[in-house]
Amino acid sequence: MSFPVIEYNHAYLDEQTKRVIRRALLKGVAIPGFQVPFASREVPMPRGWGTGGVQVTASVIGDGDVLKVIDQGADDTTNAVSIRQFFEKVAGVATTTSTEDATVIQTRHRIPETPLAEGQIMVYQVPIPEPLRFLEPRETETRRMHALEDYGLIYVKLYEDIAKYGHIATSYAYPVLVNGRYLMDPSPTPSFDNPKLHRSPALHLYGAGREKRIYAVPPYTHVESLGFEDHPFEPQRFTQPCELCGSTGVYMDEVIVDDHGGAIYVCSDTDHCERMAAL
Amino acid sequence: MYVAVKGGEKAIANAHSLLAKRGRGSEDTPELDAVQVRDQLGMLVSRVMAEGSLYDPDLAARAIVQAQGDALEAVTLVRTYRTTLPRFGTSLPIDTAGLPSERRISATFKDLPGGQQLGATFDYTHRLLADRKPEAVPTDAGEPRPMPRVTDLMGAGALVEPDSVSGDTDPEPADLTRDPTVFPMTRAERLQALARGDEGFLLGLGYSTQRGYGRTHPFAGEVRVGEVEVEFVPPELGFAVAIGRIEVTECQMVNQFTGSSSAPAQFTRGYGLVFGRSERKAMSMSLIDRSLRSGELGERITAPAQDEEFVISHADNVEATGFVEHLKLPHYVDFQAELALVRKLREEFGA
Amino acid sequence: MIGNEEPLLSVTGAGHRYGDRFGCRDVSFELWPGEVLAVVGESGSGKSTLLGMLARRLTTDEGSIRYRRDRELTELSDLTEREVRTLWRSEWGFVHQNPADGLRMHVSAGGNVGEPLMATGWRHYGRIRAKAAEWLERVEIPVDRIDDDPTTFSGGMRQRLQIARNLVVSPRLVFMDEPTSGLDVSVQARLLDLIRSLVADLGLSVVIVTHDLAVARLISHRTLVMKDGAVIESGLTDRVLDDPQAAYTQLLVSSILQG
Repeated sequence: MSFPVIEYNHAYLDEQTKRVIRRALLKGVAIPGFQVPFASREVPMPRGWGTGGVQVTASVIGDGDVLKVIDQGADDTTNAVSIRQFFEKVAGVATTTSTEDATVIQTRHRIPETPLAEGQIMVYQVPIPEPLRFLEPRETETRRMHALEDYGLIYVKLYEDIAKYGHIATSYAYPVLVNGRYLMDPSPTPSFDNPKLHRSPALHLYGAGREKRIYAVPPYTHVESLGFEDHPFEPQRFTQPCELCGSTGVYMDEVIVDDHGGAIYVCSDTDHCERMAAL
Repeated sequence: MYVAVKGGEKAIANAHSLLAKRGRGSEDTPELDAVQVRDQLGMLVSRVMAEGSLYDPDLAARAIVQAQGDALEAVTLVRTYRTTLPRFGTSLPIDTAGLPSERRISATFKDLPGGQQLGATFDYTHRLLADRKPEAVPTDAGEPRPMPRVTDLMGAGALVEPDSVSGDTDPEPADLTRDPTVFPMTRAERLQALARGDEGFLLGLGYSTQRGYGRTHPFAGEVRVGEVEVEFVPPELGFAVAIGRIEVTECQMVNQFTGSSSAPAQFTRGYGLVFGRSERKAMSMSLIDRSLRSGELGERITAPAQDEEFVISHADNVEATGFVEHLKLPHYVDFQAELALVRKLREEFGA
Repeated sequence: MIGNEEPLLSVTGAGHRYGDRFGCRDVSFELWPGEVLAVVGESGSGKSTLLGMLARRLTTDEGSIRYRRDRELTELSDLTEREVRTLWRSEWGFVHQNPADGLRMHVSAGGNVGEPLMATGWRHYGRIRAKAAEWLERVEIPVDRIDDDPTTFSGGMRQRLQIARNLVVSPRLVFMDEPTSGLDVSVQARLLDLIRSLVADLGLSVVIVTHDLAVARLISHRTLVMKDGAVIESGLTDRVLDDPQAAYTQLLVSSILQG
């Protein structure tokens, strides 16, 4: 039995597929926050492990680009390593761990602490693109709600949280209203990261491979986290400084260090941490 | 003094080596040959081709070996390979009555033109673990008799609803692997999703319809296993050319009849078609095809097997296992956020 | 009745078909602000079909149904889905026979009443909650139940909650589908009293479908009697019930007196 030799196209996807994805991306950019259906392809990692992000990156990346890949804010976590190696192999692209030097940053669950600049592209891995999904499981119904701007249901959820807990009880994947029109799920980044989206100079692209949806927030778009006038959105705060570099005002990982559950806090963004520690 | 965790790349490389070692097993035993798998584990190969949506027994066999026998891993390998293949056209619809079937049975009639042909089946074996001893069976070739489809025979008298709406040629059906999935779906799109859907999931759902969760009164009109010719019309030639043969399993279920004051009673249908030898899948598929037509046939929708969004969204096992298993990926950032929230709420509760 | 030049709802020869059979046919009437119209009949009379047509759940296959939007009578079949959705959010209400169909059973009472407000742009939690509490009081639900789920409410209380949810945005027209059936007689009476006083306070128009003439008597100004999809008698409720003209109406009326 002989096995045919496969010639992979640059960045794995064939040009026709890239074209299809780019068209979806353009539509997404033209209608900020709107979920564009696209025919998601299988790529060599499992669904749920970043296939949407990978397809978006594969469609926008070119020879001059420098790619950074992070998961949970770190370059060295297994998912980030696996995806970075994939692109090194199929796109021959330069890679980096430095946020400042990257032109394309694919991320899972965090936005870097280093402020983004014009010309940079963030690509988010999205598990569940529909912000109303857990309130209304039917896709046909949520589509209608978006079309008719029928968003009462999400406010009911926030109302119920306050009635029950005294606070809005969503800490990640916190829903936002984009450009004053579409309700969007910013992917499971902690709510701490939401303010970074508002009028950001970078382009933010979201890919949900398994759910087959793409959406986008173009640069300098108004992005507002939902809340009530008397219970406004409040991002989480950490009071502790980073054990390694001393930074404050950044998102922290809690690390258990002894048998009694004693913990220390370190920066989740490893690039930021290394840079600060070097100063 | 805490030192940040590093070494993801090295850890992955080591994991790959360990995996390869596990996959090889004992060096004393001969390495598994994909050809043996192709020839002697045909049922598994069929499953991987069907759910991988690619007819290539060699490739499926290779995938099974590389996946160390994990059917879904093998399906994933086949699917990602399929993505790299260019699409140069659509075949003509295959004619499952065109070539004599190796196996054809019908539960609806005792005898019928072409007879009941048992073929190769586990159905009548006694399920006892035994040594495999190929018995020499005198194969009486005989004249291959024509085997008209049961549903065509019944359809001639309009006892069963026709195959498709008259006049509907549907030359280029939608392709889920090329066009985005949007509900509600056409029957053709649903059938495609079911054909590549997980056998176990569809089996469970089909079973549920037999136990009262959306009853469809099924009878197995026909189950066929055999080879069919695949034909394609190259644009340069303008006429059909046979490009090969594939083995398929087909199931035609005959289901609950409908009728009204304006239309006489007629049996309805459920359809299943799968690559290779896969009766369980073809039958489950036909049960679900029929139950998803409840809305179209004006029946009450009460059960999960009748809910298109539910069934189709969860039938793809590559997607399902991807998302279920992705829970193994680090989620500590989001967990940190939840932890902070719970701590805060507990503080305020005590106050 | 408040003096207005044009009716709120103007129905002319309306009918809905199920296949080749008409569920209801050739229905004509006008509804004025502040008026309660009862549509009575036995099951199969077509009254639910009529309600379905008026509430845009069923198509108008014959005739016309016009509603006064922004002071002009508009043909409802001409409206887009978005326009109909807007009507439901701010001008119309629908009280279902089974309160579970008109409530979110696993959302608190406060959330249920607050939702229409949130859907129309209210963004102050304190004010939403206060308005919800006000309405709970108005429909005689103890305010300390504001955070409880309707699953913990009795049938009568659920129905009152459904009414509060419908009225909180001050609609002009409310459709009611057998709102009292399935409730105890005393609970029914209390509910009808409540509806009557709310109608009077708010100047609502109501179309209420019922098989129970006593319900019609208690709260409606005018009554349509339906049988086999057609309106066989209509007029002021007191007149129709005290002096029925059609043989069928006479039969219906006499059967209450005996029963």
